[in-house]
Amino acid sequence: MGRGDDGGRGRQLMGNTSEDGALIDFVYDEARLIDEKRFDEWYDLYADDCRYWMPLMRGQPPDAGHTSLFDEDKLLLKIRIERLRNPKSYSQAFPSWCQHILQMPRIERRDAHSGMTVLRTPFLYLEYQQDRQETYAGVAWHHLRQTNDRTFIVVKKIELLNCDAALPSLQLFP
Amino acid sequence: MSGYRHNPTAIRALVREDAVHRDVYTNPELFDLEMERLWRSAWIYVGHDSQVPAVGDFLTVNIARQPVLMLRGSDGGVRVLLNRCAHKGAKILGAGSGNCGKLLRCSYHGWTYTLDGALRTVPVKTGYADTRFAESEASKGLSSAAAIAIYRGFVFARLSRSGASFEDYFGDSLSSIDNLADRSPVGRLEVSGAPLRYMHNSNWKMFVENLNDTMHPMVAHESSAGTARDLWQSQPPETAKPMVIEQFLPFVSNYDFFDKMGVKIYDHGHSYTGVNFSIHSSYSAIPEYAAQMEAAYGAVRAQAILGESRHNTVYYPSLTVKGAIQTIRVVRPIAVDRTLIESFTLRLVGAPSALLERSATYNRLINAPTSVVGHDDLYCYRAIQEGLAANGNEWVNLQRNYSDREKEPGAAGSYNGTSEVSMRGQFRAWAAAMTVDGAGS
Repeated sequence: MGRGDDGGRGRQLMGNTSEDGALIDFVYDEARLIDEKRFDEWYDLYADDCRYWMPLMRGQPPDAGHTSLFDEDKLLLKIRIERLRNPKSYSQAFPSWCQHILQMPRIERRDAHSGMTVLRTPFLYLEYQQDRQETYAGVAWHHLRQTNDRTFIVVKKIELLNCDAALPSLQLFP
Repeated sequence: MSGYRHNPTAIRALVREDAVHRDVYTNPELFDLEMERLWRSAWIYVGHDSQVPAVGDFLTVNIARQPVLMLRGSDGGVRVLLNRCAHKGAKILGAGSGNCGKLLRCSYHGWTYTLDGALRTVPVKTGYADTRFAESEASKGLSSAAAIAIYRGFVFARLSRSGASFEDYFGDSLSSIDNLADRSPVGRLEVSGAPLRYMHNSNWKMFVENLNDTMHPMVAHESSAGTARDLWQSQPPETAKPMVIEQFLPFVSNYDFFDKMGVKIYDHGHSYTGVNFSIHSSYSAIPEYAAQMEAAYGAVRAQAILGESRHNTVYYPSLTVKGAIQTIRVVRPIAVDRTLIESFTLRLVGAPSALLERSATYNRLINAPTSVVGHDDLYCYRAIQEGLAANGNEWVNLQRNYSDREKEPGAAGSYNGTSEVSMRGQFRAWAAAMTVDGAGS
């Protein structure tokens, strides 16, 4: 099974209008907010019905009958953010830091009816803690909803290259 | 201390009734000996038969550091063979799982074996004419595990020729596997999807001990489950309780709760917490499922099955089972300070999909390498692994609720939930296996 989420239909390239440029910037900014631990601003990018999803298997169906590495709704995102700030989070005694390195996001498809745009972004993700630095790679899919003047993340799906590997603690947000 | 291989007295001295020497967690020679003695003479969990449903289906794993393969033979039976070509020793199957067809074929010189491990063909066999090949080890085909047992679909193997029988080894602790399988209206389980694979940079015993350590959740998980509790309490009172909150909250129950939960120990290091109730007791009912269970088993028996709510059952040393939420965790030691934990989600065959969704959610929330609860635990194991380097006190204390009664035969039974009796039981089994014969050879 493939790693794309477009059902194998292939993607239609879009022109790089200024509106597209704003969406591409949005994806870059999202990663930057994580890297800079501006979690409240980051959290606000997510829609109330959001899904932050990192499947465990390649080609994993989206239903809840499969376990995943991440499958967060807005409440679970909030729990993670607040936990990172909790002084009793001993696993953060040495704080973790991360760095996203993104390839330029491409607009994969756009649904004018629902106002949803899907972007595909290959990435490297580094997570560092106490002399150890882990390297991850993958492809992120952003499903963005534009309402009035705001853009929200409805789905961020992260296809990790080594999703089936034995992983150490991964504590921040790819 | 060093030189344990030929010194059973020194090994015995590592385990007191109420404390163990730090070397059991940090000494590489003891780790080697654990793999050679304890892990070879114990019944080790290999896999679940639902992972190899068709003839030729296989999976490969390492147990006691040896490559083994579990496969479904031509006669429909499941076998556990050593994954090593009889010729020059190459692993016969390289993939983690798959179907090998009707034969096993070595990737190097093409020797083939039937699915029971017997040597079938060797290319240009005339090359072995008049070489007394029939007397060679190679002619015997693939080695198999010395003993294998399948219990309600759970496949266990023992690698050494000597050791307890399966029934003697596990005894009544098998009731936890029964309860798990009985939760299916048709009494069957299936492994669902891939396991969560979490690499721990700590000794395997820290993980195994922690499963029935009920004095840590309210401390170690205050940051994760406690944060979930605090966020939940700030919601308006009429808010429906999400499943994730229902699963997180019991982790920060108080000491009294965990004490009254109870712990039961068995011979050979097995144990379970949640004799009376557990952190899984208060999940929302799924009426459709309850009706199915009643139809399948009758009201009384269905109530008895669902009324059990065991927390963790340790099948020492390799498997831990959570029947009430249908997940299992498998322990694969790699080095003295390196342990792979694989967590599988099980589907109750015939039950509504809501059950599988609940299990999949729990497994992710608690057992994933991305789990905040997992981060809490692994931090503590690692802190022990590093802390034990400190001189001055070389002993790990396991004294909580110790009583001399535990030394007597028949000590197996129920204790208060916060007792460290399960850990003491594990180390009694450890010391027995580590000093049994071979220890001086």
